[in-house]
Amino acid sequence: MTRVIVIGNGMVGYKFCEKLVAASSKGDFQLTVFGEEPWPAYDRVHLSSYFTGSDVDALSLAPRSWYEENGIDLRTNELIVSIDRKLKQVLSHTGKVMAYDKLILATGSGAFVPPIGGVEKKGVFVYRTIEDLDAIMAFGKKARSAAIIGGGLLGLEAAKATMDMGLNTHVIEFAPRLMPRQLDAAGAAVLKSRLEELGIAIHLNKNTRKIHGNGKLTGLEFADGADLSVDMLVISAGIKPRDELAKTCGLPTAARGGIIVNQNLQSEADDNIFAIGEVASCQNMIYGLVAPGYEMASQVVNQLCGKTSRPFLGFDMSTKLKLIGVDVASFGDPFGESAPSRTIVYENKRSGIYKRINISPDGKRLLGGVLVGDAQAYGMLLQMTQNSMPLPPNPEDLILGSRGGKESGGAGLEGLPAEAQICSCENVTKGDICKLIENEGLSHVEEIKSCSKAGTGCGGCVPMVNDLLKMQLKTLGRQVKNNLCEHFPYTRQELLDLVKVREIKTFDQLIDQFGQGDGCEICKPAVASILASTWNELIIRQDTIQDTNDRYLANIQRGGTYSVVPRIPGGEITPDKLIVIGQVAKKYGLYTKVTGGQRIDMFGARVDQLPDIWEELIVAGFESGHAYGKSLRTVKSCVGSTWCRYGVQDAVSFGIRVEERYRGLRSPHKLKGAVSGCIRECAEAQSKDFGLIATEKGWNLYVCGNGGSKPQHARLLINDVDSETVLKYIDRFLMFYIRTAEPLNRTATWLNKLEGGIDYLREVVVNDSLGIAETLEREMEFMIQTYACEWKEVVNNPQLRAKFKHFVNDDEGDPSIAFQEMRGQKIPASW
Amino acid sequence: MSAKLEKNQTTANSQPTTWFKAAPVSALPENGGACIKYKDLQIAVYNFSRRNEWYACQNLCPHKMQMALSRGMIGSQGDEPKVACPFHKKTFSLKSGKNLNGDTCDIATYPIKVEDGYVYIGFEE
Ligand code: SRM
Ligand SMILES: Cc1cc2nc3c(=O)[nH]c(=O)nc-3n(C[C@H](O)[C@H](O)[C@H](O)COP(=O)(O)OP(=O)(O)OC[C@H]3O[C@@H](n4cnc5c(N)ncnc54)[C@H](O)[C@@H]3O)c2cc1C
Ligand code: SF4
Ligand code: FES
Repeated sequence: MTRVIVIGNGMVGYKFCEKLVAASSKGDFQLTVFGEEPWPAYDRVHLSSYFTGSDVDALSLAPRSWYEENGIDLRTNELIVSIDRKLKQVLSHTGKVMAYDKLILATGSGAFVPPIGGVEKKGVFVYRTIEDLDAIMAFGKKARSAAIIGGGLLGLEAAKATMDMGLNTHVIEFAPRLMPRQLDAAGAAVLKSRLEELGIAIHLNKNTRKIHGNGKLTGLEFADGADLSVDMLVISAGIKPRDELAKTCGLPTAARGGIIVNQNLQSEADDNIFAIGEVASCQNMIYGLVAPGYEMASQVVNQLCGKTSRPFLGFDMSTKLKLIGVDVASFGDPFGESAPSRTIVYENKRSGIYKRINISPDGKRLLGGVLVGDAQAYGMLLQMTQNSMPLPPNPEDLILGSRGGKESGGAGLEGLPAEAQICSCENVTKGDICKLIENEGLSHVEEIKSCSKAGTGCGGCVPMVNDLLKMQLKTLGRQVKNNLCEHFPYTRQELLDLVKVREIKTFDQLIDQFGQGDGCEICKPAVASILASTWNELIIRQDTIQDTNDRYLANIQRGGTYSVVPRIPGGEITPDKLIVIGQVAKKYGLYTKVTGGQRIDMFGARVDQLPDIWEELIVAGFESGHAYGKSLRTVKSCVGSTWCRYGVQDAVSFGIRVEERYRGLRSPHKLKGAVSGCIRECAEAQSKDFGLIATEKGWNLYVCGNGGSKPQHARLLINDVDSETVLKYIDRFLMFYIRTAEPLNRTATWLNKLEGGIDYLREVVVNDSLGIAETLEREMEFMIQTYACEWKEVVNNPQLRAKFKHFVNDDEGDPSIAFQEMRGQKIPASW
Repeated sequence: MSAKLEKNQTTANSQPTTWFKAAPVSALPENGGACIKYKDLQIAVYNFSRRNEWYACQNLCPHKMQMALSRGMIGSQGDEPKVACPFHKKTFSLKSGKNLNGDTCDIATYPIKVEDGYVYIGFEE
C-alpha cells in the first residue's frame, strides 16, 4: 500500500482526493490529508456567496462523511510545519509525525499584501477564506465605507461584496486601468463607467503609500499626496503562493514564488514530491484559477496509478467575471499581441457595451477577445478560439449578433467538434456530455452535473451545458423531463392531471398508486399544493404533508414562534380594525410592523397561542391573510380616483375586489397583485405576478413580474379592457399557470421557460388558441366558490384546535423560547 | 450552545433502563411528528404509519439550535427514514441520526415502542 500525504485541503487538494478515489481500488493507497482551515475543502470560487447565506455546508465540496467512507484520513485544523525529506515524513503543529511514500503539496496561495505602512491596523482585511469573510462581515456592520486595494478579478468581487453590505465602496488600482491583465484600455473604461453607475468609486493610477489611523485605520494616503478616509480596507492585490514549507526543506522555488515543478508536476529535487494548484510554478507560471489546478491533480493521479498521463504544458487563462452586476469576459489572447492579428471592435457607450475580437490576418481563425457589458457569447467564442473553428464570412457578426430578424439561435453548438472542451474545470467535452444524454438517458442538467462533473467547478459553462442538453434532446426526439423527486416518476403537471382524472384526494392515495417510498420534503408540499389547487379542501386536514408554515397556518420565525398576518384587502383598513390589531398585539405581547405588502404583521406568538389570537381577530371581522401559503398574498392598491387628483379609476375598490376574488388560492409559488389608479403607477403593478394600471378606457393588464432576488418587470398582456373582461383574463392566466408551472416557480420564471414566451401566453389567454379558456374559467369559479377562511374553521373546530400545542403530553409552551428587547418591543434572542 | 447539544445523548442502540410512558397513540398525528416532554428534555416522536414504524430523536435541530424537529416533514431517502427541519430543510436519518444533506452534527435518537395503545420512549438513566 502506497502512503500518500496531501498537504492542503483546498479546492485542488480535494480534487486530487476525489480523482484518486475514482481511479484506484481500495487498498492501493493509504491517503492522509492535512488542512489548516477548520472545515473540509470548500468552493473558494463561490466564496462571495457566503455573504448572502453564511452557510459553510452549502459551499462544502464534500462532507466529512465522504472522506470517512472513502477511507481518507482527513485532519482539518492541522498545519504542517515541516517536511523531512530524508526520513520522508511530515510534522504538524500538534506534534504529529507521519511518514509518506508520495507527498502532494497543494497548499495554494495566500493573499499578497504589499509592504504598505500600517497594514497591521484594525479594519484591514484580505479576501481569501471563510474566516476572512466572517471577519469582514462582523467589522462591516459598524463601518460606513470601504476601500479595496486592487482592481483585478478578485478586487472587484470584494468590492461588490462590500457594496452589497451597504458600504460606500472605493476601488484603488495601481495600473492606469481596471483588470489590466484581462482587459484592454477601451474595455476597462467601459467597465469603469458601469461600475461607477453601480455606485462604486474607482481610483486609477493610485499607489497607496500609508495607512492612517491610531490602532484602527481611518484612511489611506497615496503617493501623489491625495488622501481618502475610509473605515475599512480589503487588500486584494494578487496572490502569493504558500511555498514556505518547500523553502525550508530545500525544494527549489521560483523567484516570484511557487514550487518549481517539471511537466510531470514533480519537483526536480525530489521525485517523491509533487506540487499542484496555485502553489505550483510550472514553466515559470503560477495559475491562479481552478481549472488548471484540477488538470494538474488529474495528471498526478494518473501517474500514481500508472496510467498514461499527458505532460502539463500550460493552460488557457480565459475568464468570465461573475457576480459583479456587469458581464466581463476575456478569452484566448485578449490583446492580440501573441501573433499578427486584425481587431474588430464594437462599442456602445450609452448602453455600456464593449466587445473586441482578434482574428487571424486571413480572417479564418479567432485568436481571442474581450467582452464587457454583454458576455452572452463568451462560451461560444471561447470554443471557436480553442477549436480553431472556421469563422462566418463576416466575422463581425460574432459580436454584433443578429442584426434584424430573429435570433440566429445557438449558432455553432452543432458545429462544435465532439472533442471541444465544454467544461474546462473538469475537462468534459461535448462528446462526453452528448454520450451521457444518449446512452444513459440523462435529461436534466443536475444529472449531467453529477455524472460528468461538468459545471461543478466555476460554473461558467452551465448555460452551455443547458443549451447542449436541449439541442441533444431535440436531436434525439426526446422530451425534457422534470421528475418531482425520487418518490414520483412524474412531473408536477403530470401529477396534477392524475389527481384530476383519478379524483385523488390525499397524498397517501397518490403515493400508493403512482409513487414509491414515503415521500419527502420536496414532493409532499408540491402534492399538497396540487390537491389544494384542484379540490380546495381545508389544507390542515392533511397537515403533515404541508410545509411547516402551512401546517400551523402561520410563518415560523427564528426561535420557533410564529407570525400572524390578517388579510387587509387592498391595504384599506378602518380605524376600528386598527384598534383591534393594537389591542390583540398588546394582550399577547406581539411585535408589530407594517409589512411591505400594505398590511400589518404581528410577530412572536407561541404555537399554542395562535388559535386564541385568531379567535379574537375573527370576531372583529378579520380573516387569514395567507402570508404563510404558496397562495395569493396581497393585492396592493393606490388611493386612485377616490382621492387622488390624477386617478382615472377607483383603484382601491378594484384592488379589494381582485384580492377577495383570489384569496386563499393555492399555487406553485406565492402570487402577488396590484392595482394602480393611473399611469404614475404608485402601486407598482409592473412588479407583480399580475398587475393592473388604470387607463381612461379601462385597465392595462401586466403579468409575470416579481421583486425578490431576481427582479423582473411584468409584461403587458393586453391593454384597455373593461373590469369584467380583465378579471376573466386573470382567471385564465392564473389557472393556466397553476396547471403548468413546476413547483416553486414564480410566474416570471414560468414565463421565461414557456416556449413562445409572452406572445404564446397571450394567444392562450386572450385568443384561446388551445380552446381551454372555458375550462380554466370554470376551474377558477370553483375555487372562488369553495373558498373558506382556514383560521375560521380551525378556531371553531376543537379537534383541529388541539393540533396547536407544543408538547402532546403537557400544556406548557416551549420553555426554550427567549426574547430580548429592541426599541420598546420584543424580538427573538439571537441565534 | 454545546451545553444545549449535550443534553441529548443517543440511547437508541443501548438497553434502556427506563421506559417513559409518553402519550396515547391517538395523540400523535399519522405520518408525522409531535413533541414530548420528558423531565427537561424535548423529544420528537414520529409515527410512520405507512410503514408501521416509530422513531424518536431530539427535538433540537443542531444547525441553528432550534426546538423544531418535531414539526418537520418526515419521509424517506432510499430506505432510510428521515425528517427535514422546518427551518432550513436540513434532513436527518432517524436511524443513525446523521445529517443526510450536509455536514451538521448527528442528532440523538431514542428507542421507542408501542404497547396497549401507548407510546414509550427508552432512556438510560
Ligand atoms: C413581512 C414581510 C416583510 C416586511 O416586514 O415587510 C415579508 C416577510 C417574508 N418574506 Fe417577503 N415579506 C414581505 C414582502 C415582500 C415583498 C414586497 C411586496 O410584496 O410588495 C417582496 C418582493 C416582491 C415579490 O415577492 O415579488 C418579498 C419577497 C420575498 C421573497 C422573494 C420572492 C421571489 O420570487 O424572489 C421571499 C422568498 C420566497 O418566497 O421564496 C420572501 C419570503 C418571506 C418570508 C415568508 C420568509 C420566510 O419564509 O420566513 C418572510 C416571512 C415573514 C413572516 O414570518 O411573517 N419574500 N417579500 C412582507 C410581508 C408582505 C405581506 O403583507 O404579506
Ligand atoms: C474570492 C475568490 C474568487 C475566485 N474566483 C475564481 C473564479 O471565478 N475562477 C477561478 O478559476 N478561480 C477563482 N478563484 C481562485 C481559486 O479559488 C483558486 O485557484 C483555487 O482555490 C486554488 O486551489 P488550491 O487548492 O491550489 O488552493 P486553496 O484553495 O487556497 O487551498 C489550499 C489550502 O491549503 C491549506 N494550507 C496551506 N498551507 C498548509 C499547511 N502547511 N498545512 C496544512 N494546510 C495548509 C490552506 O489553508 C488552504 O485551505 C477565486 C479565489 C477567490 C479567493
Ligand atoms: S397612481 Fe398615483 S397618481 Fe395615479 S391615482 Fe394612484 S396615487 Fe394617484
Ligand atoms: S435550524 Fe434546523 S435546519 Fe437550520
